[in-house]
Amino acid sequence: MHNIAINGEPVIAREGATILEAARKVGVRIPTLCFLKERSGVASCRVCVVEVEGEPYPVPACATPVRDGMEITTDSPKLAAYRKMALELILSSKGAALASLACEEGAEATELSKLCCELGVQVPADVDGTDALPVVEGNPFLSYDPNLCIECQRCVGACNAAARNHSLQSRMRGSHVLIDAPFGADWRATDCESCGNCAQACPTGALSLKSRRRSEAPVETPAGVQDAEARFVRTTCPHCGVGCQLELEVRDGRIVGARGAQGASNRSLLCVKGRSASYDFVSSPDRLTSPLVRSPETGELEPATWDEALDVVASRFTALRDECGGESIAAFACSRSTNEDVYLFQKMARTALRSNNIDSCARV
Amino acid sequence: MTNSIDDIVEHADVIMLVGSNPEEAHPVIGMRIRQAVERGCRLIVVDPRRIGLASKADIHLRVRPGTNVAFANGMVNLLISLGLADDEFVRERTEGFRIMQAQVEEFTADYVARTCGIAVQDLVSAAKMYGTARHAAILYCLGVTEHTTGTDGVMALSNIAMVTGNLGKPGSGMNPLRGQNNVQGACDMGAGPDDYPGYQKVWDPKVRAKFEQTWGVELPDWAGTKATECFPAMLEGKIKGLYLFGEDPVRTDPDTSHVLKSLAALDFFVVQDLFLTETAKLADVVLPGRCYAEKEGTFTNTERRVQRVRKAVEGPEGSRLDTEIFTEVMNRMGYVQPKLSGAELMDEIATLTPTYGGISHARLDGEAFDRGLQWPCTDAHHPGTPIMHISSFSGSVGAFSTPDFIRSAELPDDEYPFVLMTGRVLYQYNACAMTGRTPGTSEIAGDSFIEINTCDAGALGITDGERIRVSSRRGTVETTARVSSKTNPGETWMPFHFQDGNANWLTHAALDRVSKAPEYKVCAIKIEKLQ
Ligand code: SF4
Ligand code: SF4
Ligand code: SF4
Repeated sequence: MHNIAINGEPVIAREGATILEAARKVGVRIPTLCFLKERSGVASCRVCVVEVEGEPYPVPACATPVRDGMEITTDSPKLAAYRKMALELILSSKGAALASLACEEGAEATELSKLCCELGVQVPADVDGTDALPVVEGNPFLSYDPNLCIECQRCVGACNAAARNHSLQSRMRGSHVLIDAPFGADWRATDCESCGNCAQACPTGALSLKSRRRSEAPVETPAGVQDAEARFVRTTCPHCGVGCQLELEVRDGRIVGARGAQGASNRSLLCVKGRSASYDFVSSPDRLTSPLVRSPETGELEPATWDEALDVVASRFTALRDECGGESIAAFACSRSTNEDVYLFQKMARTALRSNNIDSCARV
Repeated sequence: MTNSIDDIVEHADVIMLVGSNPEEAHPVIGMRIRQAVERGCRLIVVDPRRIGLASKADIHLRVRPGTNVAFANGMVNLLISLGLADDEFVRERTEGFRIMQAQVEEFTADYVARTCGIAVQDLVSAAKMYGTARHAAILYCLGVTEHTTGTDGVMALSNIAMVTGNLGKPGSGMNPLRGQNNVQGACDMGAGPDDYPGYQKVWDPKVRAKFEQTWGVELPDWAGTKATECFPAMLEGKIKGLYLFGEDPVRTDPDTSHVLKSLAALDFFVVQDLFLTETAKLADVVLPGRCYAEKEGTFTNTERRVQRVRKAVEGPEGSRLDTEIFTEVMNRMGYVQPKLSGAELMDEIATLTPTYGGISHARLDGEAFDRGLQWPCTDAHHPGTPIMHISSFSGSVGAFSTPDFIRSAELPDDEYPFVLMTGRVLYQYNACAMTGRTPGTSEIAGDSFIEINTCDAGALGITDGERIRVSSRRGTVETTARVSSKTNPGETWMPFHFQDGNANWLTHAALDRVSKAPEYKVCAIKIEKLQ
């Protein structure tokens, strides 16, 4: 254990902890950009710099271990200027597309944009490059736009240290980090599972879900529903038994995206089904919107009111139950629906249909 | 699962994965197993196919489909004879060891290796690796259960865990990976003919009295029929009415033509679903329900973890909450059921179900927001149970019971010389009702195919990518050949997601005698060139 001081307050920190970890533990926020807990930390962005008594220059909090007696300052005009400069350098390192991220706001804005807001960074006047690099977008779900890449390597951590897929790598060219995203024309030949955990880690949208772009196109929204900005609703993935926790992004009454949340079984990870196939079906145009009853005349299923349909269901089942007994009726529940639905369904079977012929598709 | 995913990923020294391809069927568990392997955990894969994780495994036992029981009995025999049994655990916590020991004796390494088509040396290495580990976890899936001897397979595997004391401690246990998101919950909630919620038995008069009192009606006391057995009962006219809530058996059940005939024989057939599925098209009444994103509720994952489902959007106009529909039907049939919210329904579940006694939406929205609650969770202060059987097995001690090895119901012969297995691929889910409505998934994986071994394809003159005809005694489909060494010679594999060339025209409706699971993993087929 080390006795240190953060902004004048005494703090006890674990042996080997970084300044960032010690500060987070006691609820002191230090802005970060390239750092991603347990996944990535290349200490390249210099946004998390702090002052340490006796050190001539600010040090990166994410990569500096605490020492006994360390006195740390996490906020000062000097640090604010330092961080601002670090961010401006990053923003102007590519073309205009990256630079323009500085002025985006709102819940859907990229992490980089939010940090610019927090630190008061404007769109830089001069940029070093152009937006000339080709976008890699063969994969149906994911794309990589190198013009937005700030070389933070969080995606590398997400693919290699979290998803453990190892299909996304970085390499050096001169002083630059190049990201080899497996989304090119030959994406089918890679091991990439299209899980998108790399895109979730990316702070700039350089790696992104194509569905996000689709969702920016104006869509017809359900009448009367208007969200000023996106809402995120925490829920459980509807596909497999892992039970990953996800946040559905809702805008104007429609779900437009999903991202991994910190659940006990998934630790923020999602697979392609949870991230990219868990919501399109919700607003699919072929959803049923009216009960259908088979017409005795035509023999076809035809739209009916709820009252009509429910009466047919109740009267036909009642007749079967009373004439042939509950044994003559079976009820199959769905292993995809909620506990509450299944509970009430089996209660209905036992109390109203008076049948124990109840089962689920558990064996299928 | 007796243990939790985190626990296994962090603490297991050995993971033995049997009949499970988590990288495709449970992808995030696949990622987390890779994480365990990179931490240094050893991996034994027991699977006929060269699945992705086999390349990361220390040992891959490509057992013949349908020989799991022989494999597991052989492992137990080896573990005992190599002196790797945990004598103290066996003495204190189990019963029936001597009988079991005598029963597995005939499963010598030679016999098992021959029966399963694996090398003796690999079997011995696997037994040593599993048996010497301090924490060894067994993970298994439908490759074990979807056989006529599926229940036997599970029992036989449990013996491996019990004989080595790998139960009730971190990084160990018997861990079934439940397929669909809420299979665990649906079973927990009493969607089974013998069980009220929480596996309380329908035939137990005390239990029935409790439910009769709370629900205020007399309840049927006769034994119900399992879904897979209901189809023949429909043909016989014993079952005349069916209320089907959100399933598509025409696509997912074995032997499609049999299913179609059974449904056609019904007097009255109701389907409640989101879409007009293949099955719904046959119904007398179709009721439009709501999906997970339109309601408040819970799912229970494969770790017994109850987690919240929250409403994100309104459902389409004209559809109704499923619970509202059931409530209407109940009232119209003369049972007075008040309209309850999801949270109120969970409260009713908790009062009736001891294992869910401490679970409420309020807790899941509060202190248990991130971790959920793992049952058993018996009262409002119970933290939930991440690892089962820590100090004793629920009820009594663990009893060994040793199944005999019985071959699959339909074995290849001269006319149908190949074994067909079925399964899932990463990019789709079951009948694709949900995943198929995302454009990208079908671009990556939209059509049916069959995996055939290179030697077999060569002998038949079939090349990779060729359209071919596949037939069983029940039906014929056309599909595309994928030629590789992923399956062994004589063995083939098909996904069951796709309506073109749906594998379930071929599969066999032979059922496990206890669980009534169909034998999706083994049936006999023949393969022909198109003309
Ligand atoms: S989508 Fe997943 S597997 Fe593919 S590169 Fe990104 S993190 Fe890696
Ligand atoms: S693609 Fe995104 S996450 Fe990866 S290095 Fe570039 S900016 Fe960072
Ligand atoms: S995100 Fe993938 S692994 Fe997780 S529950 Fe959904 S389908 Fe399963």
